[in-house]
Amino acid sequence: MPNIILIGINHKTAPVALREKLSFSGEETLAALETLKQHPGIREILIFSTCNRTEILYVASRSGTVDALITFLSGCKRIPPSEFVPALYILRKEEAVRHLFRVAASLDSMMVGEPQILGQIKLAYRTAVKAGTSKVLLNRMMHKAFSVAKKVRKETGIGDNAVSISYAAIELANKIFSNLSTKTVMLLGAGEMAELAVDHLISHNVGQIRVSNRTFENAVALAQRFKGRALGFEERVEALTEVDIIISSTGATDYVITADQVKKAMKKRKYRTLFFIDIAVPRDIDPKINQLSNVYVYDIDDLKTVVASNIQQREQETVKAERFVSEAVIKFRQWLDSLAIVPTIKALNEKMTGIVEMECDKTLSHLPHLAEPDKDAIRRMTRAIATRAIHDPIMFLKHTGGHRDDSLYLNVARQLFNLDMLENQ
Amino acid sequence: MGVQTGNVLLQIACLLYVSSLAGYLIFLVRQKDRIQKISFYLIALGVGVHLAGTLTLGVTIRSLPVQNLVQSLSMSALALGTMFLYVQYKFNLKMLGLFAALILSITMLAALVLPDTQAPPNDAFKGVWFYCHILMIFAGDAALGLACGAGILYLLQEKGIKARNPGFFFKRLPSLDFLDDVSHACITTGFFLLTLGLVTGFVYAKVLWGHFWRWDFKEVFSMGAWLVYAVLLHLRFYAGWRGRKSAIMTIVGFAIIVFTFLGVNLLLGGHHQEFTK
Repeated sequence: MPNIILIGINHKTAPVALREKLSFSGEETLAALETLKQHPGIREILIFSTCNRTEILYVASRSGTVDALITFLSGCKRIPPSEFVPALYILRKEEAVRHLFRVAASLDSMMVGEPQILGQIKLAYRTAVKAGTSKVLLNRMMHKAFSVAKKVRKETGIGDNAVSISYAAIELANKIFSNLSTKTVMLLGAGEMAELAVDHLISHNVGQIRVSNRTFENAVALAQRFKGRALGFEERVEALTEVDIIISSTGATDYVITADQVKKAMKKRKYRTLFFIDIAVPRDIDPKINQLSNVYVYDIDDLKTVVASNIQQREQETVKAERFVSEAVIKFRQWLDSLAIVPTIKALNEKMTGIVEMECDKTLSHLPHLAEPDKDAIRRMTRAIATRAIHDPIMFLKHTGGHRDDSLYLNVARQLFNLDMLENQ
Repeated sequence: MGVQTGNVLLQIACLLYVSSLAGYLIFLVRQKDRIQKISFYLIALGVGVHLAGTLTLGVTIRSLPVQNLVQSLSMSALALGTMFLYVQYKFNLKMLGLFAALILSITMLAALVLPDTQAPPNDAFKGVWFYCHILMIFAGDAALGLACGAGILYLLQEKGIKARNPGFFFKRLPSLDFLDDVSHACITTGFFLLTLGLVTGFVYAKVLWGHFWRWDFKEVFSMGAWLVYAVLLHLRFYAGWRGRKSAIMTIVGFAIIVFTFLGVNLLLGGHHQEFTK
């Protein structure tokens, strides 16, 4: 088996502070790939970096590449190796393939089943293709990873449940309101969390958006981005009569919406349902508000509980997903094994002998006047032609030379002679 | 002969309702759309057979088959089943089928178990006003029954969301707004039919006995139920009584209706007695 190696850190092995330091932006990835492809021991390489992981997957043609990469990381990110090496995992061959497949299928994610990871990996792959560092092995491996991920998504319930806090909030909103597109959302606070939540809501076709913030300027900026309307912070209470969903994430130390205010607002809005999502710590929305009828308040802990119960359900589906991954690893391994020199030559020989014998039989059956010795002579001659014809290609494959990429030529040979009929389904 | 055929058809309908109930219970746990569809078709088939049976009986006795308790129960089930088919067609509230199948099964099993005493033919139970009165009341009660079903579903869903612990029903039921809408649509329809039923009843009483209103227990309780729904609709419109409060009211209202239908005759007596001998 070729030397496939994966080194990386993820949310399980390293805290966010360390992951941040080792993360690569799109441009940094491209630059790193350009540098690393010069390394004589690295044949193919791919880097993917998300907020939860940084992983380098490559095919090595000699030993010592792991140390070289650690030195590279340390130099490129300016961290002494002692700081990140304990958090690194180094996986080889089948283990590396399995890890990649699991990551792509979102089985290794912090929120198992979250759908973004596949897109991120596809992006990483495109970058590697652009840099010219993904060749036969990685191409095949990445495509297998994508198809496993698709299969897992389609045939297991892993993607069904709300996976992240904002997904859980939207799921709840969908169980409270029948049609989100007719509802108005008000953001209290214009921080990053609020922005993230609205991003999600917009992709779920929520109606109008209002932004209310202590610093009016920020409210205007955020409202502009989401084509909503900015409100003064003092207007927030009045707005309770016309909005339906409130997402609060201010830095206030006290409640910014009190039970009394909501009580009055509910009367004015004829008790149409209100849904508060309080993602601020400390809380913005008085929890007592939840006791009012037709008002629902979820704070960050409540949402986490919802997420946790979804995770539990998800774990049962994981078993099935792991089986798909194992199957894919085995198939990939079979393909890799066939990519060795001996099986390729053997397959080539078999194919040629098969063709020659079939054609010989066909022709000889029309020539009954020939004597047995004549027929034998013809058979010997055709076999000799076949052997001679494939002699040079075989010699070429046998002596590809140590510095060349065997797998590339083997793959070409197999395709040229169509030797992969079994594997290519 | 006609009575026998009719009864056999009613028994088949009962069997269909019970198997549909079983289907809906499986659907409750497994959540496979195919099972829900099959269960729904079972109810639909049941209603068809039920209707055929009721028509056979009606033709045989040359009147509406509501002459005794068994026939009245069967008629109320038929009304509920028909109304359910319409509501399901209009709103596709899948879980409502569980409620409908449950009520249908209980009613029809009760009708099977209770003694089917033949009442002597009574000319009082004929005429346009009588037919209108009976059909409107039964249809109205059926719609209000379904409103109660949607109300129960609402409370189940609301409880989980309010407690911040979305549980078993969270994924199985649609949104609160939707459940409230279905319940409200059923109340409006039911209230309208009930009003017509009461009015035709008054007219019928006037024609038969010369009085619109005689303080009969059933009359009083029917009026009580009508008032509950009238108040509910009024409060909903002017004071925003929606959601939880409205759902509880639909259950209270329907409880009064069931009591009016069964309890009054069995416990209190009155001139509606005849129908539930």
